[in-house]
Amino acid sequence: MSENYVLELEHIRKEYPGVVALKDVTLQLREGEILGLIGENGAGKSTLIKCCTGAVIPTSGKIRVNGREFDRMTPQLAAENGIAVIYQEFNNVGELSAAENLFLGRPIRHGMVIDRKAMEERAREAFEQLHIKIDPRELVKNLSVGYQQMIEIAKAIQQNARVLIMDEPSAPLTSGEVESMFAVVELLRRRGVSIIYISHRLEEIFRLSDRIEVIRDGEYVTTLITPEATVDELITLMVGREMTQKFPPRKDCIQQDRVVLELDGVCGNGNTGMSLRLHAGEVLGLGGLVGAGRTELAQVIFGARPKESGHIYLHGKEINPRTPREAIDLGIALVPEDRKRHGALLGISIKNNISMPIYERISRLSVIDSATEQAVAQKYREEIQIKCPTLNQLVKNLSGGNQQKVILGKWLAAACDVIIFDEPTRGIDVGAKFEIYKLINTLVEQGKAVLMISSEMEELMGMSDRIIVLAENRMTGELSREEFNSDRIMAYASGITDGKAAATSPKTEQD
Amino acid sequence: MNLNSNFVKQNAIWGVLLVEILIFAVASGGNFVTGHNLINISRQVSYYGIAAIGMTFVILIADIDLSIGSIITLVNVVCAWLMVNAGVNMWVAVLISLIMATGIGLVNAVMVAAVGIPALIATFASQTVFEGVAYLISGGRPISGFDSSFGIFARWAIADVVPICAIIMVACFALGSFILNKTYFGRYFYAIGGNEEAAELSGIRVNRVKYLIYSLSGFFAGLAGIVLLSRSGSAQSTVGKGLEFDVITCVVLGGVSVYGGVGTMSGVIAGVLIIGSLTNGMILMDVSQYTQMVVKGLVLAIAVGIDCMSKKRQAS
Repeated sequence: MSENYVLELEHIRKEYPGVVALKDVTLQLREGEILGLIGENGAGKSTLIKCCTGAVIPTSGKIRVNGREFDRMTPQLAAENGIAVIYQEFNNVGELSAAENLFLGRPIRHGMVIDRKAMEERAREAFEQLHIKIDPRELVKNLSVGYQQMIEIAKAIQQNARVLIMDEPSAPLTSGEVESMFAVVELLRRRGVSIIYISHRLEEIFRLSDRIEVIRDGEYVTTLITPEATVDELITLMVGREMTQKFPPRKDCIQQDRVVLELDGVCGNGNTGMSLRLHAGEVLGLGGLVGAGRTELAQVIFGARPKESGHIYLHGKEINPRTPREAIDLGIALVPEDRKRHGALLGISIKNNISMPIYERISRLSVIDSATEQAVAQKYREEIQIKCPTLNQLVKNLSGGNQQKVILGKWLAAACDVIIFDEPTRGIDVGAKFEIYKLINTLVEQGKAVLMISSEMEELMGMSDRIIVLAENRMTGELSREEFNSDRIMAYASGITDGKAAATSPKTEQD
Repeated sequence: MNLNSNFVKQNAIWGVLLVEILIFAVASGGNFVTGHNLINISRQVSYYGIAAIGMTFVILIADIDLSIGSIITLVNVVCAWLMVNAGVNMWVAVLISLIMATGIGLVNAVMVAAVGIPALIATFASQTVFEGVAYLISGGRPISGFDSSFGIFARWAIADVVPICAIIMVACFALGSFILNKTYFGRYFYAIGGNEEAAELSGIRVNRVKYLIYSLSGFFAGLAGIVLLSRSGSAQSTVGKGLEFDVITCVVLGGVSVYGGVGTMSGVIAGVLIIGSLTNGMILMDVSQYTQMVVKGLVLAIAVGIDCMSKKRQAS
């Protein structure tokens, strides 16, 4: 311990029922340094931060702040020890002024009376110290996102934060705002504040950080000195793992002459210029980071969000579904990412879930043909092997994998032949994942077309016939099976297109 | 074991009714459980039993309809006015009143589904509006003097025993139960109440279903209004005031969750009978009207409290 570590995490482990979020992560933060923390979606970065702030209690491991050892943090302990987090979502109150937000929860007061003047004076000083030009009296809702973030930072510093954890701070900012944020961060480092900087954008990590720590699958991988690291090396460290037989084999069943779904310059729901072709019997993977616009695209195709311009063709005919109902009747289905909120109807039975989209088809004069209802549910229970004691079981009592199967059964019952999977195996354990993959294989072998959104690199490369990568609501690259390469996908996902790669990082040049 | 506890849970409400009847049977000194009084109860509960069916649908999708008291008042006033002041045939007057009541339900649906006003506020607004309209039509004076044959909907009884209004109520409960269990609309109600977003993404056109539900709520309230008018023989501009409160109490007491998605018609029937016999028993025992209010308010709070606590337990 010759070095001066302000924050040390040792062998942090966090288990949830059935899932290990963090296996063994160690982190050391020196005084006055910026430590870049990187890892794929789901690597455990957020959980790790929450362990530092007391939002999550580690199952085992030690947290040391300025040499003082803790088994766990509490929000109060974290604040007392000068640990603050700037989350992507701000904790500002829009209807209050900048000064009032700065002193939110502990205003300067004399007895019951708040001293507005003193707060504004102190706020002005605080902003000046950080070289930010904000009128302390301005209402926060009138400030740009960049300034709102500055207030969050100023608030942390005002509360004597010595360790500042920033979670994707550049995500909501415009490029001009990012520059100002960098200036503040560098200023803080000169003042001796230690910063953990989390970002998917590697160029920011290179620009700001002194050292870079990589975590993967809840485990510590390594820590590199920034000037000695390269983009390629980092991407391999983040993604790199052995590909074992995790995906069931699939017959080649792509019908190249049958384009089922075609998008031509589709804009809407935040996205622009989405063009793709999906063939019968094909799994087309949609890669990219969370927030790149993949789910948003799926919502537009499924009619859940309006399309602004562009064309969608189904079997060569132009379609324009304005509601999920219209999309379903056209044969388009969506298996959503958030199974519990958008997918399954948890409070009702398996049977009712499966028949939900087809009730009007299996009813006469609005009276349900209950024999057909039972038969349909039974058919898909067997076909996709939904494990349940009876079809009257409530869906909320099923495992994640079986819930996913019920949702799929619903779409098969509705005779959909374009199926969009949004993170098909999120929150599903390993054994059940394999079954879902087998089902996807069966679907395409039957000639259905599958569009699969996945943030898991392995899954994306293991299941797709082709991959299209999105970044910041645009399509940045397309790879055929022979070209699959996690580094390239990662580069596309970070918004680096082939031409731009050289400009953003001189160290990458391999295509 | 599990089945047992579910069985107990689902039927506990009937046990409550039984206990209540026993208490009143003893406390009233034999006046409560007489043939005459039981028929009386069936007459008294019939109008809010009918209105409870529509309310059940509304609460099943986790909304609320505060306008039904006003609809009942307005139907009383309009139907009586048509017969007395405009000389309209009784059946035509009833038909017009029911169409109007359904239309008010539809207006509520437009506010809730198309405009997006929270149901609590939208139906509160229409409650105020239509209560005012009823006053404007009647000038605050009772309207009476229509043909005694209008008594067919409530006063008359088959073989002088079974009141027609009770038969109407039973028929409405049968219809409500049929809608809930046998038609796809019933499935949609449960689905929307459970999770509106997931329901929409499963292909249910949620807004259309809401139009149906509020229209049905208006229709059943209208029918309740006709029965009430038939029973009283005179239209008062205050007759429906606060009735939505009794109806909501029946429905929630009957086990329909205020969070939506959970509830049965048979539970609501039990709820209606409990509130009906409670009111009747308290009247028999000369409990003052204000004490009755206290008791009913407590019953509502306890019923919702039980619902909320079971929800909480499920969550943890």
